Amino acid sequence: MAVERNMALTGQPVSLNTSQKIGVLLGMTGLFILVLAVLGVQLGVTALWLTLSLSAIAGGIIIFSIGAYSDKLPGIKNDGVWFKSSSARGVIGWMAGIALTGFYIILYFYAEVLGLGQGADGTNTGLVALFDPLSYFLKGSQASQWFMYGTLYTVLILAFGIKFMWKYKHNRYEQLRTASVMFFQTAFAFVLPELMARLNSDTFSLPYNDIKLMWPLNYYAFEQWRVDQFINAQNIGLFFLILGIAMIFIVSPFLTYKYGKRWYCSWVCGCGGLAETVGDPYRHLSSKKMSAWKLERWMINAVLVFSILFTTAVISTYLGYDSEKYWFTKNIFLLSGGTFLVLVFAAIAYWKRNQLKSDAFKGAIVSLGITLGFFVLLSFMDINNIKINASYFSFGLNTNEYGLSDGMRSFYGFGISSIFSGVVGTGFYPILGNRVWCRMGCPMAGILGIQQRLFSKFRITTNGGQCISCGNCSTYCEQGIDVRAYAQKGENIVRSSCVGCGICSAVCPRGVLKLENASLEGRINPNEILLGNDVDLMNYVNKK
Amino acid sequence: MEHIVIIGNGISGVTAARHIRKLSDKKITIISAETDFFFSRTALMYVYMGHMKFEHTQPYENWFWDKNNIELKKGYVSKVNHKSNELVFESGETLSYDKLIIATGSKPNKFGWPGQDLEAVMGLYHKQDLENLEKYAPNKEVCKRAVIVGGGLIGIELAEMLRSRDIPVTFLVREDSFWNAVLPPGESAMLNRHIKNHHIDLRLGMNLKEIIADDNGKAKAVVIQETGEVIDCDVVGLTAGVSPSISFLKDSGIELGRGVKVNRFLETNISNIYAIGDCAEQHENIGLRRPIEAVWYTGRMMGETVAQTICGNKLEYKPGHWFNSAKFLDIEYQTYGWVFGKPQEYEDQFHWKHEDDTKCITISTHKETGKFLGINTFGIRMRHEVFDRWLTEERSTAYVMEHLKEANFDPEFYKHFEKNILTAFQKQQPINA
Repeated sequence: MAVERNMALTGQPVSLNTSQKIGVLLGMTGLFILVLAVLGVQLGVTALWLTLSLSAIAGGIIIFSIGAYSDKLPGIKNDGVWFKSSSARGVIGWMAGIALTGFYIILYFYAEVLGLGQGADGTNTGLVALFDPLSYFLKGSQASQWFMYGTLYTVLILAFGIKFMWKYKHNRYEQLRTASVMFFQTAFAFVLPELMARLNSDTFSLPYNDIKLMWPLNYYAFEQWRVDQFINAQNIGLFFLILGIAMIFIVSPFLTYKYGKRWYCSWVCGCGGLAETVGDPYRHLSSKKMSAWKLERWMINAVLVFSILFTTAVISTYLGYDSEKYWFTKNIFLLSGGTFLVLVFAAIAYWKRNQLKSDAFKGAIVSLGITLGFFVLLSFMDINNIKINASYFSFGLNTNEYGLSDGMRSFYGFGISSIFSGVVGTGFYPILGNRVWCRMGCPMAGILGIQQRLFSKFRITTNGGQCISCGNCSTYCEQGIDVRAYAQKGENIVRSSCVGCGICSAVCPRGVLKLENASLEGRINPNEILLGNDVDLMNYVNKK
Repeated sequence: MEHIVIIGNGISGVTAARHIRKLSDKKITIISAETDFFFSRTALMYVYMGHMKFEHTQPYENWFWDKNNIELKKGYVSKVNHKSNELVFESGETLSYDKLIIATGSKPNKFGWPGQDLEAVMGLYHKQDLENLEKYAPNKEVCKRAVIVGGGLIGIELAEMLRSRDIPVTFLVREDSFWNAVLPPGESAMLNRHIKNHHIDLRLGMNLKEIIADDNGKAKAVVIQETGEVIDCDVVGLTAGVSPSISFLKDSGIELGRGVKVNRFLETNISNIYAIGDCAEQHENIGLRRPIEAVWYTGRMMGETVAQTICGNKLEYKPGHWFNSAKFLDIEYQTYGWVFGKPQEYEDQFHWKHEDDTKCITISTHKETGKFLGINTFGIRMRHEVFDRWLTEERSTAYVMEHLKEANFDPEFYKHFEKNILTAFQKQQPINA
C-alpha cells in the first residue's frame, strides 16, 4: 500500500521572546552550577551555592513560562508543538533524551561519579556533597544520591507544575490536579519521610516510608528488613505496615471504584507527577498505533505477574527460614495468596464475562496458571537452591550469584525498576513520550487499570454526535489511547490505561469529551449510529 | 458481487462505505483525487498550526481499508456515463459500477473578483490549499500580511492559523458584525471583540473590490470596495463560503441544481446513483434546514442513511434536531435547535453574557407557547443528549432554565453559571398574574 507521506511542512521555527531567553539563561546557569559540582570544583559555602542553583533552575523555568503564556489569552497552547526541535524529536529532543538517559545510568549504577561517599571517611564530594546542607537540615545526616535526586525531582515538579498551571489557566481541573501532585510530591515523598528519619535512634528505627508509594510500585515494600523494622518499631511501625496493606486492598480499590485510577496516577503518584509536569511537552509523542496497544497489554500485565511472583518468592523465603518470628507460616501465606487470586478471578469470570474479550480471558488464565504453579513450586521446594549468575542479565554490571528469589528480586530492581522506569521511562521522555513506564511497565498502573476497567464509576463521556474526528484528543493522549476512535462512535472511553489527565477533554475543539464518575449502568455503550440522525435508524442499528 | 463505487473519501463517502461493509459483502471502491486516505478536513488547520501532523488527521490507520476490504483508488473522475454504468477518469481509464454514490463535497466560492485566480490566492478546503498556504505563508518574513475575505467559520479558522505564526492578518467581513447572518447580535458582537483581542485587523462592512498582481502574476495587494484603500499583502484567503463540487457532472444527465438533486432517499434522478454530503441538494427543505447543508455532521448522517438503502433497507434521510458546533479562536460554540441571527417573528430571544466577555448563551422561545426552540452556547459546553431530549419532549424555556445544570458538559471543577443565568432570565421575564 502506498505510504502517505506527511506533507513537507517545515513550519516556522519557533523563536523565543526576551523573557523566555532570560529564563533559559537563568535555568542553564543553575544547571551549570550542578555540573561544576560534578566536576569537583570547590564551591565554598555549599548551602549558598545549592540555594543559588536550585533557585536559578526553578526561577528560570518560571520566567520562561511568563514569557510563554503571560501575554496570551486563556486557551489551548499547542502552537508549533510539532515544529519545535525539542518537542518533535528533533536534534534538541534527541540530545535531551541522551542527556537524561546518561544521567539516570550514572544515578543508578555509578553514583560514585556524583561524589557519593568519595571523601574522607565516606563523606560526600562533588554533586552529592552540594546537597549535604539540605540533608542535614531535614534529616540530620549526610545526603545520598537518592536525596539529591529527590530534591531535584521535587524542585522540577514544583517549577514545571507552575508552568503547567499557567499553560492551562482556563482549566480548573488541570490546575487542581497539578496542585495535588505538587503537594503529594513535596509533602509525602520528600519532606515527611526525611523528617520521620529524624525520629530514628539506636533503639527505634522506621524504614524510609512514603505512605502514598504502595506495593507493587514500591517493589521492596515487603522485604524482610523492611517488615522487620516496622514490626520492631512498636505501634507506630505496625500502624504503617497495616496501613501499607490496607492501601493495597482497601483504600486504593475504593478510590479507584469512585474516581478511576486517576486519583492515583495523575493526582498523587510521583512518577505521574513528573510525567504530567516535566513530561507535559512530550505527551503527544506516545504511539497511538494498534500495535503499540497490543504490546502494552501483554507487557504491563507481564510486569504485574512478575512482581507478584518475586514478591511472593521473597516473602515466602523469609517466612520459611524464620518461621517462628512471624504469625504467618510460609504455607498459610501461599495458600491464602493463591485462594485470593482464584476468588478474584472467579468473581471476574462470573460477573464480568460479557465485558471481556476472549483474548483478555486467555491472558488472565495463563497468568493465573503461571502464578499458581509458581506458588506450588514455592511451597514444595526451596527455590533458593536454584542459583543464578546475574552477569548474564545485567550486561556484566552485576557479577554476583543469587538464589532464585533474590535473583528475581534483583532482576526486577535492575531490569524493571531502574532500567524500565528510570532510564527508559524518564530518559526517553523526549523520544517515546512521557508515560512509557506508566503505560507499559508500572505494575501499580496494571492493578489499578484492571480495577478501573471492571469496577469503576469513571469513564470519559462523549457528547452525542458532536465529534468531528479531528484527532487532537488522540494526538495529545499521553497513554497512546486512540480517543477519537471512541469519540467518533459516540462511545464512552473505558480503558484500563487511562490515567484521567483530562487533556483530551481540554484540547477538544468541539466540547465532546468529559471525565465523569457516574453509575456503572450503561458505562460501555458502543453506537453505530450517532445521536442526531433518524431516531428509528438509531434504535434499529444500535440495539445490542 | 455488486460493486458500489463512491466518489469522494470525505466523511460522507467513508461513513457510507463503513456502514455498507458492516451490512454486506459488496465490493466497495472509494475514489479520491485529493489524498490516498480519509482525513478529517476540519483538522487541516491544526496541521498548519503545528498541533498535529497530517497523519494525525487520519482517523483510521492505513491497514484499516485492506482489512475491511474497502478498495481505495486515487484518480479524478471527469465523466459519469450512467447509461453504461461507467466512470471515466481524467487519465482515460474507466471503472464500471453497479451503484454509484456521489460524495464529492464542496469547493470554495469565488464571486468573480478581479484577480481571484492569481497565485497566492487560495481557499481553505483541500489538502492542496494547505500545501499552498505553506508555500506562500510559511512565516511572517515571507508573508508580511495576509488578507482574508469572507467572515464565516473558515475565515476565522484561517485567521487563527496565520496568527499562530505571528503573521499579521486583515479580515474583511461583508456584514457589519461577524457572522451575524447566523448569530444573534450579542454573540456576534462578543466575537468581534474576541477577534480584535487576538490582534486581528477586523474590517467590518468591507468588501473586496479586486486583487492586484505583481509582475509574476502573484497577488501583492487587495483593494477595498467601500474605501478604495489598498492593502499590501502576500496571501489572500477567499473564505466566502463553499458550494457543491459537481462541475464534472455537467451534461451527465444527472439532475443538478446548485448541487446534485436528490429526494429524501438520497436518490438522484438516475435509479442507481445517489448523492450525499455537501454536494447533495434536497428537492425540498427538511424542516428549517437548507436544501444544501455543508456540515460535517449532516454528511455523516447521510452516509449512515444511504448505506441502509443500498443494502436493502430503504430509508428516508431524516435528520433529527439541528445541532452544530465550531470554535472561534479560544471560544467554543455549540448550538442545539434553532436560534436565528435575525429573530423570526414567532421567536423570543434571551441573551446572557458573562462579564469576562468570553461566555454567553442565547435561548430561543416561541412567543405564544413558551416552547423552547433552541440554544446557542459560547464558552460553556452543553450536553447534546439532554438538549436533543428536551427538544423532542417539547419542553418550555422555563423548564430548560430550571434544569440547565443537567445539560452542563464543562470539565469537572469548572465554575457553573446556571444560577446567574436563571436570575437574569427571571429578571427579564414580565411578571404575569
